[in-house]
Amino acid sequence: MFDKFKAAAEAAGNTAVMRFSTKAQALDFIEEFLKQEEVKDNPGSYAVWADAPILKGVDKQALAAKVPGLKFQVTRELAKNAKIGITQMEWGLANMGTLAQDSSAVEQRLASALSWIHVALLPTDRIVADLPALMTKMHPGRSNYIALITGPSKTADIERVLAIGVHGPERLVIICVDELRGTNS
Amino acid sequence: MKKELAQSIQKALKRQNLAGILDRWNYPATRAKAYEGIDFEALRNQIAEIKGSAADHLEELAETFKKAAEARGSKVFRANSPQAVKDYIANLCKEKGVRKIVKSKSMASEEIHLNQHLAKFGIQSDETDLGEWIIQLAHQTPSHMVMPALHLTKEEVADLFSKETRQQQSTDIQQLVKVARKALREKYFAADMGMSGANIAIAETGTLVICTNEGNARLVTTLPKIHVALVGLEKLVASYADAAPILTALPKSATSQLITSYVSFITGPTPNDDGSMKELHIVLMDNRRTAMAKDPRFKEALQCIRCASCLNVCPVYRLVTGHVFGLIYTGGIGTILTAWFNELKTSEDIQGLCICCGKCKEICPGKIDIPELILEIRRRIASKEGLPFIQKSALSVINNRRLFHSMLRAASVAQKPFVKEGFIRHLPMFLSNLSEYRSLPTIAPIPFRDAFKKIKQPKSKTRASFFSGCAIEFVYPRIGEAIVKVLNKAGIEVVFPQGQSCCGIPHWGSGAFDMAAAAAAHNIKPLLADDVKYVVVGCATCATALKKEWPRLLKDENMASLVPEAEKVAAKTVMFSELVNQLIEEKKLTPKDGLELRSVAYHDSCHAKRHVGIYKEPRAALAAAGYELNEMFECDTCCGMGGSYTVKQPEISMEMLKRKLKNIEDTGAEYVSAECPGCLIQIGGGLDKAGSKIKSKHPAELMEDHFK
Repeated sequence: MFDKFKAAAEAAGNTAVMRFSTKAQALDFIEEFLKQEEVKDNPGSYAVWADAPILKGVDKQALAAKVPGLKFQVTRELAKNAKIGITQMEWGLANMGTLAQDSSAVEQRLASALSWIHVALLPTDRIVADLPALMTKMHPGRSNYIALITGPSKTADIERVLAIGVHGPERLVIICVDELRGTNS
Repeated sequence: MKKELAQSIQKALKRQNLAGILDRWNYPATRAKAYEGIDFEALRNQIAEIKGSAADHLEELAETFKKAAEARGSKVFRANSPQAVKDYIANLCKEKGVRKIVKSKSMASEEIHLNQHLAKFGIQSDETDLGEWIIQLAHQTPSHMVMPALHLTKEEVADLFSKETRQQQSTDIQQLVKVARKALREKYFAADMGMSGANIAIAETGTLVICTNEGNARLVTTLPKIHVALVGLEKLVASYADAAPILTALPKSATSQLITSYVSFITGPTPNDDGSMKELHIVLMDNRRTAMAKDPRFKEALQCIRCASCLNVCPVYRLVTGHVFGLIYTGGIGTILTAWFNELKTSEDIQGLCICCGKCKEICPGKIDIPELILEIRRRIASKEGLPFIQKSALSVINNRRLFHSMLRAASVAQKPFVKEGFIRHLPMFLSNLSEYRSLPTIAPIPFRDAFKKIKQPKSKTRASFFSGCAIEFVYPRIGEAIVKVLNKAGIEVVFPQGQSCCGIPHWGSGAFDMAAAAAAHNIKPLLADDVKYVVVGCATCATALKKEWPRLLKDENMASLVPEAEKVAAKTVMFSELVNQLIEEKKLTPKDGLELRSVAYHDSCHAKRHVGIYKEPRAALAAAGYELNEMFECDTCCGMGGSYTVKQPEISMEMLKRKLKNIEDTGAEYVSAECPGCLIQIGGGLDKAGSKIKSKHPAELMEDHFK
């Protein structure tokens, strides 16, 4: 399932999919990634991290101290000035490389819709086959805002030439974590 | 045709960048790739069922939606008229002090010119979908339903953006997109209201489903504190599960993608980032959709999911764009929607642009018979307003074979100075555009009905009636002679019922269904008079009438008593190549030994391929008779003849012909063949005018001496 998901997600363009077995490895990677992408405590260079099950038990203050510019409070203004937004998704669709999330909490949308790079965490065992399979897991009867995300923001409205990053992220980095099993069920 | 329309066609034909873009896209191939592994027929049956059933229960679904959405905290307003929508939104803006609106795409709002209405109150509405924003800046309407600014070049977009930002912008598309991102980003944050449409509205849960690639709908529905969704009633489906097949088809048909980058299911308001609750207003707009649902013929058009695939494959649309072919809604489906959402009269001119080739019908994920519905518009206009006098007289004449021939012959003799090798190459003055890219055939001195009497045939118990159609009778009697010759080889004796006349398709295509039914009634008895095994037709257009349309026409035009006999004719009718292929398989026709292999490109006439489904048989028969098939690009794309279309829309017809000729030349074949004399007139005339070496031939002409 993971291999199929990875292939489909990466086929959507400007999308990278990686996989870690433990939470600690995933967190280390993100820390490294934020540094590498030069996240700073300047408008335009922030990273915003919306509330996520993976953060349970993580010392956020300590992490924010290690990466200046990393914010765990996601407001409109901070998100507007963020280079990177991090959210945890609930489901993946193997056939199209799609991510799904109950985005009723506005922070989840602000963090994933405004930044240049969207880092999406996903429990590896939450990858299902396709849309009909997802529809048995998520239901609008329970969620006010269900968001499906596949690849970066794109357009072909000028001469049908593909351009990436029109209103939302230019890049999507998907981090599958095996150990995240069950944490958000 | 009105003068303004003729002028706008000429203007559009000079500007072919949209056609070029569609060519580079290669939609048919990329679409097919997106649908790989999916049973498209099953999927579209499912969608037609879901949307068809929703159309049957519009009122019920609207009420269910309203209740469900209100239970979740949305405010739902049902509006019958465009005015009621405008008033509701304008009042809401007034009440909430809204000055600035950001919009994601809503064709319903364009349908009622909402932005212009709100501007009267000093309210600024900014489109955020890149294409919509571009046409808003250009003060234009969409040229395409999915990619509304497709007709503009990057240079034109750069000019618009330079004006808007008061800064010179480069023509680099990637740069231009970033300019839009920056400019629109500020607008999202400053807006008091976000306005969206919806691709689907789920009644049981009160949910809006919105698809975008750019992510603008996510921002429009997230950043401002008020969200207004304007939704046409046709977007309603009963259940959550019903959304899946539509979401499966929409992106594949629209943009050859598996799924759009973003799909949002919004059910009720969500908190803003300051802790306050968003206000969510959903306006369900009727504007004649319920009336449409009650119309037994047009109900089907509510199955549209607005993918615009009918535009992408339309040979006319690509030439003239939605600015000529459509109003707000464009192309074939746009013509139908315009007839309803505006009024029948507004579609009078644009409906005439459809050549009824049926390409769109093959790929419509809502399984809508678009050409058939356009013909129905034509019929209603004709029965309401009557056909123009000249057209009506012409159509009356062709129901009388003798009169028709003597008139045509007289005209043909008058054209004598222009005749060379069976073609008319130049026509004087006002008719000159008819022969600009295509020579016209001359009228045969002896019609087939008289030539037939001189053919000596062996007697046989197996007999076939030959229905010649007007073109073989008057223009190409030699095709008729070749058909008789081949059938005689198979031991079939051909009879030619002298009582036959026009098949009625020209009347049908003009919307004069009563005259078409009269033509059917006139022909049935003569065709069944002799005890024949087959009714053979060498013209795909006539085959459509005999095999398919006659029984239906007679029933619809209150001549039901003739239907059983019409069905008898339909059951016996075969196209010539269909019968030859069968006779070869039955070993009643045996190709000669040692035939020299010749090459042929086969052009599928619209009627043969899409109306009666005959396209394998002629190829198989030609291959058996010693021809190598050199397939051409777009072998089943219309040649532009379309019966009287070539007379009514000569410029478009000629552009379609030019493309066809190029595709034919590219095959390098010796012959091009089509089992439709109409196509042969168009293609043969085009090849002659262009001085091509390729000869156009009917399959019967190619095969006549090829059997033992």
